[in-house]
Amino acid sequence: MDFKFTPEQEALRKEFEDFFKEAMKEAPPGWVAGLETMFSEEGWAFHRSLARQLGKKGWLSRPWPKEYGGQAASIIEQLIFNEVRGYYGAPGVDIFGVSMLAPTLLMWGTEEQKQQHLPPIAKAEIMWCQCWSEPNAGSDLASLTTRAVKDGDEYVINGQKTWTSGAHRADWTFMLARTDPEQPRHRGLSYFLVDMKTPGVTVRPLISMEGSHLYNEVYFDDVRVPKQNMVAEENRGWHVTLMTMNFERSGVAGMMEARRTLEELVEFSKETKRNGEPLAKDPFLRHRLAQMSIEIEVGRALSYRVAWLQEKGEMAAAEACAAKVYGSELGQRLADLGCQIMGLYGQVRRSKWAPLMGRFESAYQLAPGMNIAAGTSEIMRNIIAIRGLELPREPRA
Amino acid sequence: MNLDFSEEQEMLRTSARDFLTKECPKTLVRELEEDEKGYSPELWRKMAELGWMGLVLPEEYDGMGMEFMDLIVLLEEMGRNILPGPFFCTVVLGGITILNAGTEEQKKEFLPKVANGEMILTMALTEPSATYEASGVNTKAVAKDDAFVINGTKLFVENAHIADYLICVTRTSDGASPEEGITLFLVDAKSPGIKCEVMPTIGADKLCEVVFKDVSVPRKNMLGELDRGWPIVARTLEQATVAKCAEMIGGAQAALEMSVAYAKERVQYGRPIGSFQVIQHYCANMWINVDTGRNILYEAAWRVGEGLPASKDVAVAKGWINEAYKFVAERGVQCHGAIGTTRDHDMGLYYRRAKAAELAFGDTDWQREVVARQIGL
Repeated sequence: MDFKFTPEQEALRKEFEDFFKEAMKEAPPGWVAGLETMFSEEGWAFHRSLARQLGKKGWLSRPWPKEYGGQAASIIEQLIFNEVRGYYGAPGVDIFGVSMLAPTLLMWGTEEQKQQHLPPIAKAEIMWCQCWSEPNAGSDLASLTTRAVKDGDEYVINGQKTWTSGAHRADWTFMLARTDPEQPRHRGLSYFLVDMKTPGVTVRPLISMEGSHLYNEVYFDDVRVPKQNMVAEENRGWHVTLMTMNFERSGVAGMMEARRTLEELVEFSKETKRNGEPLAKDPFLRHRLAQMSIEIEVGRALSYRVAWLQEKGEMAAAEACAAKVYGSELGQRLADLGCQIMGLYGQVRRSKWAPLMGRFESAYQLAPGMNIAAGTSEIMRNIIAIRGLELPREPRA
Repeated sequence: MNLDFSEEQEMLRTSARDFLTKECPKTLVRELEEDEKGYSPELWRKMAELGWMGLVLPEEYDGMGMEFMDLIVLLEEMGRNILPGPFFCTVVLGGITILNAGTEEQKKEFLPKVANGEMILTMALTEPSATYEASGVNTKAVAKDDAFVINGTKLFVENAHIADYLICVTRTSDGASPEEGITLFLVDAKSPGIKCEVMPTIGADKLCEVVFKDVSVPRKNMLGELDRGWPIVARTLEQATVAKCAEMIGGAQAALEMSVAYAKERVQYGRPIGSFQVIQHYCANMWINVDTGRNILYEAAWRVGEGLPASKDVAVAKGWINEAYKFVAERGVQCHGAIGTTRDHDMGLYYRRAKAAELAFGDTDWQREVVARQIGL
């Protein structure tokens, strides 16, 4: 057993660090990380500008095979990239295009689809969104009802999608629609690539409790999609959505983001006095911060394990689910802790009164969503129990 | 990076599991809880034959010269099976400390006996003040001719009642800080003036009160230098803390497996209780706790084994695993229902040991304070 990175990997880490440290100097004031890319015009502009720089360096497509412009980077190298990027809270990676669609196309796409879509993802010219969930198909995704009906060389799509992150920003979407209602649920679905500018596509915002705009409803009204935009065969869409192997999904970026946040909270606690004493001297607070540090390091170690299993070619379904649920629940505790350390100021929105730009007030409201997005915590635990521990499935009606 | 164990380590794990399953059934564990000695000399001898006591001792002292990580593997299996007896105190607290700090003469005298299972060692560190900090060491050792005379009371000393030698941590002078003025001695447990009594504890693990009254120890039995013993203790504590974590993860894994197995077989409302989502989620949470604990254990153990700075890593690991083991054992009882709360059921063995193990080498609050300092608070 050996937790050391190779000298080459360390050199790579240094290269990433140098880049992101410098690049983040251009971040809009009060930049935190992650989802903020979607929220504001300036956040989105920063995301796209950084994405183009990453594209130029070839860093968005590093894991891809060389024939498609990649460097066949190992999972561990991706882990390092995401670890550094996460620590600096850097945007620039379109999780839908880079992390989800590209690996899917590499596995399932036709040569034509690869040639058409991979280069714009690698260069960050096209941003993607994911149209999966529907008002009546959340965790039970396979019950979705959006229809795609073949009409000559096209499919005509009708239905409503929801919880579509960044649909208001994206250029294209990958989506699931039902092509055969007669088949059992999972077997009648197909996977399509749709230009968001296609006539009949309408995006309506869903504003979060915090006031930001991340989610959308996306309506498809007689949207005509050429049949060559279907990935894999008709009715094989569910299969295509199943986790692909060659992108890193350890959740390490979130852990490093949390580590950075904790460092800032520690600084804040040392600088801020309450009742004449620095907050950092308060034994109760010290222990809460220390406990958070313990949890973050435990989460990071879990990420390493997921990456290692992936590196070996294992699916690591249970471990990846554990990393997801662990990460989102930790994020929630961290947001709560941040608010608490701010004391009464913990409730103040970004303004002249708000310490640390009011980020915890915002994080506190955004955090619960992460327990739901991309597979609820309950679904994650179900997967761990059934696939990991082989407990018997719950009988279904 | 390579987060897998070597083939040899996997073999060690398999053979240890097979051996302990056969040689140390839960009937023996229960028997030894009530037994005065608390260990089986026959089992001890067999373990010595397998070379376990000398696993990480160099070959020149009759050891097997294996790595710290190998010991972690073995301890995980011991924790899994709740092996009773003086392995931990003899090897981790005793043998490794002598290896770290002993003179060549001391190593030659003690380590082969440890490796061959002929000597039981322990460390007498904690006192009625019940802390692992240097400030808790008040047992005095005073130079007299070519010897030192020890006076004081040690508490929570593992297996002192059967030990041949105690590594006694004493205060020889009052320095500027509590860490200064500490000296270690290898004390023959049969020395006149030593009185030992076993304390009744939750883990039935034979923690002892040891009273030293004018106990004379020859100067040559000093381990390390006069007044400069604390770094030796600190190093042993770091290794012992990780080693304890390994035992705990082994125990937690066993508790998890027992619970999952029971959830699959126990039928209520016409179906296995493991098909109810609430039980599935209990088990998933237990698994997350064990799995995360195992990862952080291995990372901390690797750092300790490599001799890298590991204070934070060790405190993180123990702080997490303390709570993880307790959580798993508690949920394990819940999954079993009423039967899990009985003296006859194995789950209670783990539930009780989870608490005992939390307290050893620093409970969660203590570890948090270490981490707090490490992150700059």
